[in-house]
Amino acid sequence: MKSDIVLAGVGGQGILSIAATIGMAAVDKNLHLKQAEVHGMSQRGGDVQSHLRVSSKPIASDLIPRGKADIILSVEPMESLRYLPYLSKKGWLVTNTTPFVNIPNYPEMEEVMAKIAEQTNHIAIDAEKIAVEVATKRSSNIVMLGAASPFIDIEMSALEEGLRKIFERKSDAVVESNINALRAGRAATEVILASRN
Amino acid sequence: MQKLLLLGDEAIAQGAIDAGLSGVYAYPGTPSTEITEYIQDSRIAKERNIHRQWSSNEKTAMESALGMAYAGKRAMTCMKHVGLNVAADAFINAAITGVNGGFVVVAADDPSMHSSQNEQDSRVYGKFAMIPILEPVNQQEAYDMAYAAFEMSEKFNVPVMIRITTRLAHSRAGVVRKPLLEERELSLPKDPTQFVLLPAIARRNYKKLIETRPDLEKLSMESPYNSYADGSDRSMGIIACGIAHNYLMENFQERECNYPVLKLSQYPMPRKDIERMVSECDSILILEDGYPVIEELLKGYQEAGTPVKGRLDGTLPRDGELTPNIVANALGFPFEEGAPVPDLVVGRPPAMCKGCGHIDAYKALNIALEDYGPGRVFADIGCYTLGALPPYNAVNSCVDMGASITMAKGAADAGLTPAVAVIGDSTFTHSGMTGLLDVVSEGTPITIIVSDNYTTGMTGGQDSQALGHLEQIIAGIGVDPDHIRVFKPTAANLDEMVSIIKEEFDYPGVSVIIPRRQCIQTLRNKSLVLKVKELGL
Repeated sequence: MKSDIVLAGVGGQGILSIAATIGMAAVDKNLHLKQAEVHGMSQRGGDVQSHLRVSSKPIASDLIPRGKADIILSVEPMESLRYLPYLSKKGWLVTNTTPFVNIPNYPEMEEVMAKIAEQTNHIAIDAEKIAVEVATKRSSNIVMLGAASPFIDIEMSALEEGLRKIFERKSDAVVESNINALRAGRAATEVILASRN
Repeated sequence: MQKLLLLGDEAIAQGAIDAGLSGVYAYPGTPSTEITEYIQDSRIAKERNIHRQWSSNEKTAMESALGMAYAGKRAMTCMKHVGLNVAADAFINAAITGVNGGFVVVAADDPSMHSSQNEQDSRVYGKFAMIPILEPVNQQEAYDMAYAAFEMSEKFNVPVMIRITTRLAHSRAGVVRKPLLEERELSLPKDPTQFVLLPAIARRNYKKLIETRPDLEKLSMESPYNSYADGSDRSMGIIACGIAHNYLMENFQERECNYPVLKLSQYPMPRKDIERMVSECDSILILEDGYPVIEELLKGYQEAGTPVKGRLDGTLPRDGELTPNIVANALGFPFEEGAPVPDLVVGRPPAMCKGCGHIDAYKALNIALEDYGPGRVFADIGCYTLGALPPYNAVNSCVDMGASITMAKGAADAGLTPAVAVIGDSTFTHSGMTGLLDVVSEGTPITIIVSDNYTTGMTGGQDSQALGHLEQIIAGIGVDPDHIRVFKPTAANLDEMVSIIKEEFDYPGVSVIIPRRQCIQTLRNKSLVLKVKELGL
């Protein structure tokens, strides 16, 4: 198996927790993993990305080559478009629809959504709304992980185990809440896929 | 052994701990910060009481580590590339003193300047100091090198540099540990004059350093980190340094590599391998994530000889970090990109956090300066440098740690008044204090704003050495206490702040204004909040 994922968002939106969950699951499954993160200045409200590569074979580069990503997983709609050059022709763009507006010239939302809809393989869900329904607003990043999970060749149970390991230090309630978020995100994608068939 | 998922930085930290490290000394700086933070959080480090507190700057860190190595224990100092400029005096001379306990210097370079003001290549410094340089290709090698570097340092009586770049520093992968070694005992150098660099002794030591060159080159030839993979297509040989080797191999996932490849991860260069490639190949492609250090060396200034391709002839871009695609271009491999970035996607530059005290300080400063005109604010390195961006457009310089105060001084000497310096509390104790002494000695009429947030903010909220005694330091250097003005930067205090700043503009001497409010990113740091309370701030 091989999954090359570009994680995208704005500094402080929790994309590293998504990466950590997949990373934990990958290590448990004895898969190879490389994950390039962004630390430092960009974390102050700038655009941030992380390249996450999981494979059953050894991985050479820490960075995903352009045109090779299997998934763009974005917790912010405009940010999902910033990394299109990385997405392979068969790849999936999976994004949250709630914008993070911290700049004066944020584009019109309708135009952003129209661009996302133009992509052959795309999933756009309101992760914040789902997160508030099944968990808390803070879990919207994990909702997005769930939404992308059908395209990642790692079982749900392994991802849930990853969440357990990451959040068990906080409390059982936090673990359960994140697992609910993960499942709800996956369900949202499954509904969309079913409606298209 | 146990397999851990570690950043390149963390792998170095774990390798050093497992090698029997007794102390790490560092000042935070992206992308090196996580090395020291990992040791600060390490259970073994706590049990062994490994020294792991932050230093005031890279020079004090380098010297403290050298002192620990003098005393026979294994010491490490870590810094970002520009930090090595601050520590350079100690660094170069540590190669002349040699070591007693193993001494490792980690330099984390930032090609593409993700969080830096230049992309200088620390390998140049390592060569300058004439010491071995290790440049890991991945996290496991980063661990292995840190584990082995101390012994190498002790055996050859030199500091050893580990040089990484941002991508490795901040990329995570699996790492297998080696057995945990005991720390070394306290022991003095056998020769009591070894560290006394009086000219006569320095000349003797320097000769010894020169004499290690053949041994170090031989070591590079035998190094497990350097390897020569022969190939049938000798139209081109490839030298891939450190992480560049990964980008090269990424391009040979689905095709065979028939070119001879020298993976280069230990310097000085393995002379025989280089000679072999030069004699056997029609041309050489050099891949380096940084300056064209090796390329310049091989290319020289003569047109004759094997053609060398790389950053200097346009095969690769002259600046910026390498990527798999840049290397694909150099190899002439076509690749299919995804869709272009739509025009509607706009830049999202980093910005000061909502509610940050620096913002309120800048608002007041901008109003106070309205009567005087633009171009008079000299800033420094930290979150407040972001005040250069809209909507504040509040500062006119950002050069190096501490330069705000001294540049404001020079501009005031040239007749620019008021001249204003803006510096953070941690940057002030890093490199601002000596500049302030110059200003006080001459009574230069400048206004210095030390924007105090109790922490080293940009790198993630590490300790600030100024905490609890900032005014004492400033008064101790000689600033008149009547012109050390402290206030809380909030929207409600705007008018008061403006009038204080204006008053100090009118004072024809040295003024220090301290807008003081805790960094909002650290409000959940319970121990800091408690300490601030205890100090009555």
